Amino acid sequence: MGKAKLSIVQSGFVPINIENIDTDQIIPARFLKATTKEGFGKNLFRDWRYENDDEAKPKADFPLNQSQFSGEILVAGKNFGCGSSREHAAWSILDHGFRVVVSSFFADIFKNNALNNGVLPVQVSEGFLQKIFEQSNVTELIVDVEKQTIKIGSLEEFEEGFDINTYKKTCLLNGYDDIDYLLNLKNEIEDFEIEKAF
Amino acid sequence: MAGKTLFEKIWEKHVVKIIDNGPSVFYIDTHFIHEVTSPQAFNGLNKRGLKVFRPQQTVATADHNVPTIDQHLPIKEELSRLQVEALIKNCAEHGVELYGLGHPFQGIVHVIGPELGITQPGNTIVCGDSHTSTHGAFGAIAFGIGTSEVEMVLATQCLLQSKPKLMRINVEGVLKNGVVSKDIVLYILSKISASGATGFAVEFAGSAITSLSMEARMTICNMSIEMGARCGMIAPDEKTFEYIRWREFAPQAEAWDENLVQWKQLYSDSDASFDSEHHFNAADIQPMITYGTNPGMGIGIDEKIPTKESINDTDKSGLEKSLAYMGFEQNTPIKGQKIDYVFIGSCTNSRIEDLRMVAGFVKGKKKANGVEVWIVPGSKQVEAQAIEEGIDKVFEEAGFILRQPGCSACLGMNEDKIPAGKYCISTSNRNFEGRQGAGARTLLASPLTAASAAITGVITDVRELLN
Repeated sequence: MGKAKLSIVQSGFVPINIENIDTDQIIPARFLKATTKEGFGKNLFRDWRYENDDEAKPKADFPLNQSQFSGEILVAGKNFGCGSSREHAAWSILDHGFRVVVSSFFADIFKNNALNNGVLPVQVSEGFLQKIFEQSNVTELIVDVEKQTIKIGSLEEFEEGFDINTYKKTCLLNGYDDIDYLLNLKNEIEDFEIEKAF
Repeated sequence: MAGKTLFEKIWEKHVVKIIDNGPSVFYIDTHFIHEVTSPQAFNGLNKRGLKVFRPQQTVATADHNVPTIDQHLPIKEELSRLQVEALIKNCAEHGVELYGLGHPFQGIVHVIGPELGITQPGNTIVCGDSHTSTHGAFGAIAFGIGTSEVEMVLATQCLLQSKPKLMRINVEGVLKNGVVSKDIVLYILSKISASGATGFAVEFAGSAITSLSMEARMTICNMSIEMGARCGMIAPDEKTFEYIRWREFAPQAEAWDENLVQWKQLYSDSDASFDSEHHFNAADIQPMITYGTNPGMGIGIDEKIPTKESINDTDKSGLEKSLAYMGFEQNTPIKGQKIDYVFIGSCTNSRIEDLRMVAGFVKGKKKANGVEVWIVPGSKQVEAQAIEEGIDKVFEEAGFILRQPGCSACLGMNEDKIPAGKYCISTSNRNFEGRQGAGARTLLASPLTAASAAITGVITDVRELLN
């Protein structure tokens, strides 16, 4: 049961130039009552997106509501995804259509949750992040998983590498799940339990 | 050979396999689950035709989404009810023990684990909730996971984990009167910020930490996630062993003695090294309160709300955004700020010791007019103990409302929400925008500071009422 593969994403981006965006902002707790993973996208950034929780009243100054910003890449300030471990945050980002999130720093649990859903967190330097925020809305970003690079489309010289461990990279490129990997290790896990006398 | 840290001693015993250039296959001793982050994981298992691999190492409760009044009645809110029913069904189908509504062990997952003696030193513990770090107070590696990871643990009792960097935070000395463990952790947060420990496993150490009770230690480890830490932990000692000794699921007879020998090895060797270390002095800490919208935005109760010039954070625009949300001005005192709600509860501060602390302080006093005070015990056992000790009567006389156990207004998932624009002084762990309800304004503080605001109706220095 693999995920959609991810190798190169070339796309416009949605910039949210705010630091410490916590998962309660990404998806408020009142939307966590579902028992499936689908349909969270419409509530992504719900309280920043709409006045008084009313879908008929989008807040004009919020980038997700601005038609000039679109694409598969979300760009956000430092320490993105802090707070609650709710994977609903990653599901809502994916369900909205994002495949990559770019920031200068990610909270740990969010990073894992994103990767487990085939959403790539790309950590860039603060300088590079600010450079993206300075770009006009027509700019595309190019994220190459194989080469581990991110480029600002209109500025050839602006390219930066990003880290991802070899295992996770293989998973993303091939659409593998951690759970498939672990299930294949059942015998080793059982041996480990006996050895440790659990 | 260099010595080992507490973290390393536990970590190394739980690595099943190391993947080349990748994470380790990491074995989990105890898995707590609850109604909100488990249904999709069970769906995943069912789709694969799998059963829970080690149901005896899995413990469930209903806490996040349950009402805190009339728990004997069916849950009114349909989606909440369906989620709780899904948990009941999943646990029954997979043979997982459930301490659901109506069970004498029901309660907030991070309160009941320790209370039942399930949380033990040297263990690896996970739960689909970021405040799983709480259990680290017993010298365990305990951390929050997402739902995909819940599914992995249900299916294989393992996770893929990269070893984090190691940090030690030392707090030495004696706390001043009116200052408690919540103030210690809010103080540390105000110094190192809401991302100051991201990527690290944090060990809390020093005389100010070891002098704390187990409940107080849990409060500190609980909020290590608010620094971004992968987990927080404290080396177990006689207090830890004493706390566990006679609890429901504590090891008995020879098993106790055998465990004790192992547990006494769980400390960081004197020559162990950390990637980062902080030192704080307990005497520098005053009662703390947050003024902003992340838990790192805290100040001493006597201090003024900072200015853009005075904070050394890169996020200067964040300060303005936070203060606009909170309705606060730079460079103004926080003391005297009017409050509307007081919430004493959550996995941070809802244990019997917290309720005793509040009751001891408010005995014979009355809440201020116009203030609504909710006390939400962490578990059925805490509730029962409070009633046995007559604490419920003290609250009643003070005009406080003692509700039933659950996560409640900490995250406002159930009906316990703070209305938009209202100020709530809260013993919980997060002051994010909208956390306690859309538009709600949260000020985090200790149970003592929250109780003093309940009495005066404004943010108050508890020391002035103690003297």
